Amino acid sequence: MASGVKPRVKVPKKATAGDVITIKTLISHKMESGQRKDGDGNLVPRSIINRFTADFNGQNVIDVLIEPAVSTNPFFEFEAVVPEAGEFQFTWYDDDGTVYETGKKIAIG
Amino acid sequence: MELTRRQTLTIGSGTFAFAALAGLPAFASLTDDAVAAMTNGAELIDGGIDITAPEIAENGNTVPIAVSAPGAVEIALFASGNPTPAVATFKFGPLSGSRSGSTRIRLAKTQDVVAIAKMEDGTFRQASATVKVTIGGCGG
Repeated sequence: MASGVKPRVKVPKKATAGDVITIKTLISHKMESGQRKDGDGNLVPRSIINRFTADFNGQNVIDVLIEPAVSTNPFFEFEAVVPEAGEFQFTWYDDDGTVYETGKKIAIG
Repeated sequence: MELTRRQTLTIGSGTFAFAALAGLPAFASLTDDAVAAMTNGAELIDGGIDITAPEIAENGNTVPIAVSAPGAVEIALFASGNPTPAVATFKFGPLSGSRSGSTRIRLAKTQDVVAIAKMEDGTFRQASATVKVTIGGCGG
């Protein structure tokens, strides 16, 4: 189940060419670990986001493999080089096969 | 990777001997196995990698962890006291600004968080941090 999943990304609007910028990403997801039990003692099945990638103009910045030990609403902070103006593409892969995507443009100036 | 009983014992004792030499506490065997699967039994060098974690985490459900290792191609995080030790693996692409990342993780109890970095030259670096957890984060 993946309801109310909303990706949020913080990227500066402008950068100087060659700059290193910090990117923060967060996606609302319950990240059910598969370890918890419900009221009747049955295991709640695992349902997490298992991979997150960030690309800039088709070139990879970071690729994260995620295990159930990552918290609810997985948050990632990392740094990227901006060689030119373009668009960051962020992708999250859910266990159920859903792919969540969001993009952010960045200008040089 | 298929391991015979003999190989498993060799890897296990090798890692243990190294841990003892470095004056580190011996990690849980599950973590050893996970680390060995990543490094193929290669030697782990201390230093060259930083792990930032709180000393005391009141809530084990969201513990902020940051790792950085200049020159790394890959950094993996393991939580030695969790039911499954693997936490997350950061792989850095050509446009990565610095070989660092931070996230929030779940910790079941007070334990060591281990970071293993695979460097560009093929060596492996390790660092660990002990986090005291007041309320565990694995439900149950």
